[in-house]
Amino acid sequence: MTYDPVLLANIDKKDSHTLPVYQSGGGYRGLRRALEDMSPADVVELVKQSGLRGRGGAGFPTGAKWSFLPKNHPGPVYFCVNADESEPGTFVNRVQMELDPHQVLEGTIISCYATGASTAYIYLRHEYPLARRRMQAAVGECYAAGLLGENILGGGFSLDVHIHVGAGAYVCGEETGLIESIEGRRAWPRIKPPYPAVEGLFRKPTVVNNVETLACVKQIVDRGADWFRSMGTPPDPNDPRDPGSFGPKLFGLSGHVNRPGCYEAPLGITVRRLIDEYGGGVWKGRRAKAAIVGGLSTGLVTEAEFDTPLDFSAPIRAGCLGLGTGGVIVLDETYSMIDFLHNSCRFFAHESCGQCTPCREGTQWALEMLERIRAGRGRLRDLDLLREIGETIGIMPGTTICGLADGAAWPIKTALGKFREEFEGYVKEPTTV
Amino acid sequence: MNVLDAETRENIDTIAGRYPTRRAAVLPVLHAVNDRLGYVPTEAVVELAELLELAPADVQDTLSFYGFFKQDKPQGEYRVWVCRSLSCAARGGEELLEYLCEKLKIRPGETTPDGRVTLEFAECLGACEAAPAVLVNDTLYGNMTREKIDELIRRVRAGTHHDATE
Ligand SMILES: Cc1cc2nc3c(=O)[nH]c(=O)nc-3n(C[C@H](O)[C@H](O)[C@H](O)COP(=O)(O)O)c2cc1C
Ligand code: SF4
Ligand code: FES
Repeated sequence: MTYDPVLLANIDKKDSHTLPVYQSGGGYRGLRRALEDMSPADVVELVKQSGLRGRGGAGFPTGAKWSFLPKNHPGPVYFCVNADESEPGTFVNRVQMELDPHQVLEGTIISCYATGASTAYIYLRHEYPLARRRMQAAVGECYAAGLLGENILGGGFSLDVHIHVGAGAYVCGEETGLIESIEGRRAWPRIKPPYPAVEGLFRKPTVVNNVETLACVKQIVDRGADWFRSMGTPPDPNDPRDPGSFGPKLFGLSGHVNRPGCYEAPLGITVRRLIDEYGGGVWKGRRAKAAIVGGLSTGLVTEAEFDTPLDFSAPIRAGCLGLGTGGVIVLDETYSMIDFLHNSCRFFAHESCGQCTPCREGTQWALEMLERIRAGRGRLRDLDLLREIGETIGIMPGTTICGLADGAAWPIKTALGKFREEFEGYVKEPTTV
Repeated sequence: MNVLDAETRENIDTIAGRYPTRRAAVLPVLHAVNDRLGYVPTEAVVELAELLELAPADVQDTLSFYGFFKQDKPQGEYRVWVCRSLSCAARGGEELLEYLCEKLKIRPGETTPDGRVTLEFAECLGACEAAPAVLVNDTLYGNMTREKIDELIRRVRAGTHHDATE
C-alpha cells in the first residue's frame, strides 16, 4: 500500500465537507484555471487524452461521450449527475458526497463548462439523507461564493445546479430511466437510439455522468492527463477495441472481510490484494469462497480467480460482466451459493420495471425457482432452465430495453457456471437452511 | 377543504421553477407532501395535479411507480428500513429484519397499532461497509445488532429518538 489517495485525500480533515476546508486544500483552483485558461474544447480534449472511462458501471470513455453532443446546438444542454447509486455492494459515491461534496461539485461545474450545459440536476437517492444535506449545503456555499449562478468567477460562464431526490427504485440509475424520473414520469428506461447526447432530458442534448467520474475530471484538470495515465492497465495489444483502464478508482469493499470500507487504489489492483491489504483479510480466520467483483450485477469470481485485476477488461476474461461499480462483496467458505443466488434473484425481480417481458417474467421465474430449490423442492432441470434464463435476458442477447436484465443474468450465469456442483448437490440432498 | 396547506401550495411554484416543465416537479412535490402528511392521499393527488396543470392520472401514474409513497393511511412516525441485500444479508440483515418483525409483531409494510413505527425491508441502502444497515427516517445506522435495535426501538417508543439534522 504505497499509493497515496487522491480522490479521498480530503476526507480525513475536520469539516472536510465545507467550502473553507476544501479551498484550503487547493479546491476550486482547477475550476478557475479551466475558466481562465482553457476553452471548453480544451477541457474535452484533456479528458479524452486522459483516457478517463465512466465510473458508473459501463466504463464508457467520458471524453468521447461528451463529443457526441451536437455541435453549435442552440441549447439548452442539460447535465445529470448520477448519484442514484443503488447497485448492491456499492457505496463509494455516498462517501464522496458526505465527506467531500465540493470535489463532486467542482468536477460537475468543470464538466458543464466543457459540455456547454447551463443546468445540472443531481439525481440523488432518498436513502442518502446526509449526502443530500451536505450536497445541498455545498451548492448553497457555491452560490454565495460566486462559484455557481451567473458569470462564475467572472469568467462569463453561468450554471444552475439543482438536487433531485429519488424515491427508491434501482432502475432510476439507468441513465434514461433517470431522465424520465426527472421529467416527472415513471422511471421506464427509453429505447436507444436516440442517445441522451442527442435527445435526452426535456428532449434536449444531455450528458449523464457518475459522481466518481466527475471527481476524476476535477483531478485531471488539476494534475493533467499524463498523471492520470501513469496508473492503471494499458490497452490490451491483442484487443484493438480496448482503450485501457487508467487512473485511480474507489472500491467499496464489503461482506466477509475484517475491515470493510471505501478504498482508493489504481485500477488494476487484484481482488486478492484489495481483500488482504486493504480489507485486512477474510473475517473469522476463514477462507473466502467467492467475491462479487463490482456490484451484484457483475457476477462472481471464485477464490481461485482472486488474482483477477480490477480493471475494465480482466473481470470480463474471468467470466464476469465487467468492472461494474467496483463494489467488491466477499463471501466466505461457509456461505451458501444457493442463498447468494436467491438473494440476487430476489433483488432483480423486485427492481425490474416491468416494461420488457423477458426481464419482468424471467426475473420472477428465476426467483420462484430459487425459492423452490432453497426450500428443498428443486429439480435438476431447474438448473438448466435457470441457465437458459441467464443466457437469454438482457441487452446483450438483445431481448430487453436496458441493462438491468443483463445484471440479473450474470449472477445466475457465474454462480451456476462456477458452482454447479454445489447446486446439484443441494438439489439432490437439500441441507437445512 | 384542501388537504394541501398554504405553505405546501406556495412551495410548489418554487419547486416548479427549477424545471422547464411543470410535470418535472411531480416527484419533488410528492416528497414535499409526503414529508408534511406522512402519506399522499388521493385528494392530495387531485389537488396537486391541478396546481401542476396535469391530469390526476398523470400524477397517480408517477406516484404508483415509486414504492416509497403510500396512499391509504399515514405512515408511522418512524419508518424503519432494514436492508436485505447481499452485503447485509451476509452479515445478519435478514435475521435482524425477522427479529424486528417478531419484536414489533408486524410484517414489513405494516405499522404498529400505536402509529409509532412502520417497518420496511430495503434493497441495498448504500451503506454496505456498515452491514447490516438500517435507515430510520433520515438517519442511517450501521453495524446493527439486536442490542442496538432494542435500544433504538426503546427510544422510539419513549419518544426520545430524534432524527439527525446534520
Ligand atoms: C439498471 C441500471 C442501474 C444503473 N445505476 C447506476 C447508478 O446508480 N449510478 C450510476 O452512475 N450509473 C448507473 N448505471 C449506469 C448508467 O446508465 C450510466 O451508464 C452512467 O450513469 C454513466 O455515467 P459514467 O459514464 O460517468 O459512468 C446504471 C445502469 C443500469 C442498467
Ligand atoms: S430490462 Fe427490465 S428494467 Fe430494463 S427496461 Fe426492460 S423491464 Fe425495465
Ligand atoms: S447491501 Fe445493505 S447497505 Fe448495501
